[in-house]
Amino acid sequence: MLGYIWGAMLIISLICSIYTGKMEELSSAALNGAAQAVELTLSLLGVMALWSGLMKIADKGGITAILARIFSPVLRILFPDYKPKSPALKAICANMAANLLGLGNAATPFGIAAMKEMQKENKTPEVANRSMVMFVVLNTASIQLIPTTIAAMRASAGSKQPFDIIVAVWIVSFLSLFVGIITAKCFEAPVERRRLRSNRGGRNGNNR
Amino acid sequence: MEIIGNFVVPISIALIVIFGLCRKVPLFEAFTDGAKEGIVSMFSIAPSLIGLITAVSMLRASGFFEILTDLLSPITSALGFPSEILPLALMRPVSGSGSFALLNDLFKNFSPDSFIGRTASVIAGSTETTFYAIAVYYGSIGIQKTGYTIPAALMSDFAGMVLAPLVIRILIK
Repeated sequence: MLGYIWGAMLIISLICSIYTGKMEELSSAALNGAAQAVELTLSLLGVMALWSGLMKIADKGGITAILARIFSPVLRILFPDYKPKSPALKAICANMAANLLGLGNAATPFGIAAMKEMQKENKTPEVANRSMVMFVVLNTASIQLIPTTIAAMRASAGSKQPFDIIVAVWIVSFLSLFVGIITAKCFEAPVERRRLRSNRGGRNGNNR
Repeated sequence: MEIIGNFVVPISIALIVIFGLCRKVPLFEAFTDGAKEGIVSMFSIAPSLIGLITAVSMLRASGFFEILTDLLSPITSALGFPSEILPLALMRPVSGSGSFALLNDLFKNFSPDSFIGRTASVIAGSTETTFYAIAVYYGSIGIQKTGYTIPAALMSDFAGMVLAPLVIRILIK
């Protein structure tokens, strides 16, 4: 998909510059853009290395497990199909904790482990069940505590207050996550009702 | 707001170091290990950044963004949404590197401390690469029917886009 978007961007810019008569600017932009990208990579390199180093200390100290334990009561409400001590819920908690800390590299393996655990109890292996949808929706919303990359980009572009957006990021992340959860729950209700009706007397614990 | 922003970095560093000491983590070794991973992952996104930043700066130079902004401003202004940010909002769910390229372009053309710069920062920081997450997680277990995942995830992204300018207006002056 990205391939098409990228191709379209390049072709549109050519067509557009024929229309606007900005061919000269376009050709210098093509060369400068590449240089700009290297500049950005290098200017972010220090901050990203510093931050990953610090997060590694927290990670080695077991912060993910501690946060996962704190999250567990909330996540139990969102994933009522799994018992508190089940491996699925444990992996979900670890994934959420790693996401919150911005440990993308650690979050993905926990997330895949969670999906595999949920798949074990899935009766229709090609169709996502309600817990899987909830989990993926939680992962498509960003819940990062400290938006390091954005702040580093702001700093490298000359912001005087690279972190002054942090409270706004928290509020907007939380609210959009909330909207995602509510939307998922709204879609889920009729699907669950239909499923319950079709296998009445089936397994317990799903009668909401 | 600025006070919290100023405190976040030093306090997090101090907390992490104290936590590491309490848990007897070999501090500097862990730090250099992690820093190395950070460098590797930064370099691993460099090729896609080079491709996408080139494309974005070509679009910028061609005058495409001005044309798009003019066309869309009647719709976006009704929502109180700065139309300059719309390309970023559309790119955010699809590509992480693509949205960094657009964010960087907005920072260059408007200041990062402008209303547009701040709103763009909040949009980029408060949503995820939705389609990537969906592909990775469902792909890992071979699920083909994702049910209502995409509408719910996009609804959440849309909420973030509508709320970002509102929250910036309320919080900053």
